[in-house]
Amino acid sequence: MSVAQLEIQIIAVIVAIACALPGVFLVLRKRAMISDAISHAILPGIVIGFFLTGDLSSPFLVLLAAATGVLTVSLVEVIDRTGLVKEDTSIGLVFPALFSIGVILISRYAGDVHLDTGAVLLGELAFAPFDRLIINGIDMGPKALYVMGGILLINFLFISVFFKELKISTFDVGLATTLGFTPMVLHYLLMSIVSITAVGAFDAVGSILVVALMIVPAATAYLLTDDLRTLLILSGLAGLISALAGYWIAHWLDASIAGSMATVVGLLFLLTYLFAPGRGIYFIIRRRKRQKYEFAQMTLTVHIMNHSGEYDNIEERRMDHFQHHFNWDLEQARTIVKQALRNKFIQLDGDLISLTNRGLRFARASQSLIMAEKDPNINEFRKQFVTFNE
Amino acid sequence: MQTNAVEINDLTVSYRYKPVLWDIDLDIPEGVLMAIVGPNGAGKSTLIKTILGIVKPVAGSIKIYGKPYHQNRSKVAYVPQRGTVDWDFPTTVLDVVLMGTYGKLGWIKRPGKKQKEKSLAALKEVKMHDFANRQISQLSGGQQQRVFLARALVQDAQIYFMDEPLQGVDAVTEKAVINILKELKNENKTVVVVHHDLSTVPDYFDWVTFLNVRRIASGKVMTVFNDANLEKTYGSSFRTLKGYTTA
Amino acid sequence: MEFIDFFIDLFTDYTTRTIGIGTAILGIVSGVLGSYAVLRQQSLLGDAISHATLPGIAIAFLIIGTKSTAFFFLGAAVAGWAGTMWIRGIVQNTRIKSDSALGLVLSVFFGFGMVLLTFIQKMPNANQAGLETFLFGQAATLIHTDVILMAIIGAFSLFAVILLWKEFKILTFDPQYAATLGFNTKLLDIILIFIIVLAIVLGLQAVGVVLMSAMLLAPAAAARQWTDSLSIMILLAALFGALAGLTGTAISSAAMNLSTGPVIVLVSIAFVFISFMFAPNRGLLFREIRKQANKKEMRMNHVLENMYWIALGHENLQHPHSNAILNKTLGYSKKCMRELRDKHLIELNEDYDWNLTEKGIKRAKEVYTDNNKNEQQ
Repeated sequence: MSVAQLEIQIIAVIVAIACALPGVFLVLRKRAMISDAISHAILPGIVIGFFLTGDLSSPFLVLLAAATGVLTVSLVEVIDRTGLVKEDTSIGLVFPALFSIGVILISRYAGDVHLDTGAVLLGELAFAPFDRLIINGIDMGPKALYVMGGILLINFLFISVFFKELKISTFDVGLATTLGFTPMVLHYLLMSIVSITAVGAFDAVGSILVVALMIVPAATAYLLTDDLRTLLILSGLAGLISALAGYWIAHWLDASIAGSMATVVGLLFLLTYLFAPGRGIYFIIRRRKRQKYEFAQMTLTVHIMNHSGEYDNIEERRMDHFQHHFNWDLEQARTIVKQALRNKFIQLDGDLISLTNRGLRFARASQSLIMAEKDPNINEFRKQFVTFNE
Repeated sequence: MQTNAVEINDLTVSYRYKPVLWDIDLDIPEGVLMAIVGPNGAGKSTLIKTILGIVKPVAGSIKIYGKPYHQNRSKVAYVPQRGTVDWDFPTTVLDVVLMGTYGKLGWIKRPGKKQKEKSLAALKEVKMHDFANRQISQLSGGQQQRVFLARALVQDAQIYFMDEPLQGVDAVTEKAVINILKELKNENKTVVVVHHDLSTVPDYFDWVTFLNVRRIASGKVMTVFNDANLEKTYGSSFRTLKGYTTA
Repeated sequence: MEFIDFFIDLFTDYTTRTIGIGTAILGIVSGVLGSYAVLRQQSLLGDAISHATLPGIAIAFLIIGTKSTAFFFLGAAVAGWAGTMWIRGIVQNTRIKSDSALGLVLSVFFGFGMVLLTFIQKMPNANQAGLETFLFGQAATLIHTDVILMAIIGAFSLFAVILLWKEFKILTFDPQYAATLGFNTKLLDIILIFIIVLAIVLGLQAVGVVLMSAMLLAPAAAARQWTDSLSIMILLAALFGALAGLTGTAISSAAMNLSTGPVIVLVSIAFVFISFMFAPNRGLLFREIRKQANKKEMRMNHVLENMYWIALGHENLQHPHSNAILNKTLGYSKKCMRELRDKHLIELNEDYDWNLTEKGIKRAKEVYTDNNKNEQQ
């Protein structure tokens, strides 16, 4: 592994983590698509900044372009407030307009700018090591390292300093206002952070893939944890993995590094989507099956209990009644009754069903579970009647 | 013996573990004007939506005049909560009412003159005929509600399900809606209304169902609308509910 | 080729006509289908779908090894469809909200597409020149067979919209109600999204995956401002779409070295801007004028009401008021008095004092009772 390769990987990791951190808040605040808008809309800012400074990593350019991003957010809000179109349409109108202006500027002045439309979409991570920071003739390493390192530091500080405020305003805007935080100020601060990050990352991964690095790690982490701190850590971790694995896949295929990073983080999400403990598709399907099973047992026993009184119609407790009233087909009704027998909830007298003592306890527990004011503690309930197995 | 317009047996609906409706048995006799009352989250809207096949139950059966809903659809009309649609949609009052005829038209076929006349007549009944060509975004809340009511009227059904048609409407609309309800009753139609205002139950309805996840009570207003059932449905807090009065 | 030449060539030159017809078809279809996307509040779904098509195009190329518009369409449609379904799966099965699901599918599919694209570009002896025009579009690459294919797909989509007009309308306005009427809304929804995917695929060659979504939204958003009727809105959107396509293509072919995507998008956004500003009724300019008119009327009403109120105290409704006294009342200005006089609501007597006319008394009474009624409420 050469020094340049090492440098590229370090930069990729820094970019990925710097994006992943603010991304968590975008996902939680349901503003993910605003990152798409910002990352596209900064393009004209970058191009104009480049005309003025002639240096893509100039801090002035970063600030100017970031200002374009914040401007976009407020432009979307202004259009939204006119009520002429819905919010998602205003996002969908503003950023293509600004992005188009950027692309046209680049292709009109292609000779003067060392940007090209390919770089706009993919960034130039592979070239990052060539643009070096040299102070007094001493090579201090690639400039991008310092720019992105600075941005990562800003993001980290922002989140640490305003952690409590961000947390409250994300989960409960109303409460945040009454507690005296102004969510609006925090909102714009966050948008500024997102913009600055998008500008910094643009150079490395291009417009669209900034979105991947902001949204996907956060979405992945969101399927794994509820705790905000863990969410941030996992999100950063997903960014790190995608940066490293992405780099080597790109190296092996001789393809775009940024694209590979996005692909890897997409695969990470896919894995989580399928297998995340408790929330993945695999578990959801299993849980649904189990829920259906348990619910059928509850329905059956409670029904029998409610119709076991002296004066109740005995017909309510016969097999064919369930087909009729619960809309269970014959096979389904048989399975459910068989399961209840195995659970020792019921006993059969011909085709007349009655509850065992255990069944009665289960039915009562079910009933109080159902009528509970708050969300019931299903695990406690299960512990009492452990016989559930699929 | 009286025919039942709707028969519900052992109906259970659940999104997660906590059921929204539990083991509901309910018969709705033909020709009644029924209010469904209960606290927030009692499953009132869900009950209607389940009868109409929008929500799938976990267990239980629902019969409309003895048949499953999808076989007897044309006998049923529905007035959803008016907040469920985008009133900035580019269309006119008449056009919305015409949608009530779509069900009987079936796929592809377009509404014609006959359907138009029917819709205009329905608009007249709800006193909105001057608004037929008005854009729907220009309507007040009460007018929107009356448009939805007209849309259900053109469905020409036997049973009408209405989800909070009196929620936040002006006095004119309230009166218009109530008049229509009484008129429907006179034609021996069955009307089921999710209702919030307990104080008006005895005036407006002749039948009431108390619902709170389970069916608490159902029957003639005269016999079941009493403190005991109110307390069972709303808990002891029912006394603080605005302006309740019982017979 | 100059800008104007393009339009002249449209009628004379075969190649230009081909391109013109292609972009016009694209504009019409995306305008029509975009209207539904906007009204169903799925504006950003188009963005996700169009980005998601990229890997489909690349995989189609990898499989057949040569450029073929038909196969590219197929690949793009399959990938776009897969992306859409994944978005739905994420929203339905997890707690991730639709905005994140959109951004996720959009960027991941696009990233994967770019991996494939850069991989293909570095393949030896690959006949891949021009694959990257799918990023920002190049209308000039449209050839006769492409346009025929576009025409077939476009005609199919429009036919479906016309045939299912009533169904799509009720699906968009009130899907739950539609379901109670017996319409299979799940199927309808799938058909509509499928056609939207087709419309997007149609535009990829001319506008590109990156900006296609704007082509879907902008004509519809512009058309919405001019009318309150769905059918007129859709016709207008088709018109705006076609105009944007043609004009954009003309501009980009006049100015060398410009991808058509960004130009078409800017033209269609210009339509939106104009519509936002100048559309009657909904337009901002019209609204401002109405607001000013309201203000003026309110000022005039104030003056009338005050004169009436003072006159009530004098038991003579035509009691004359001097300018000095009226000057202290809310809303008074010389201009306002002049306008009231021009409307024959007030008149000047021989002492140069103002008094209400018969007509003015009637109006003032109305205003007075109206306002008092409001206060009581």
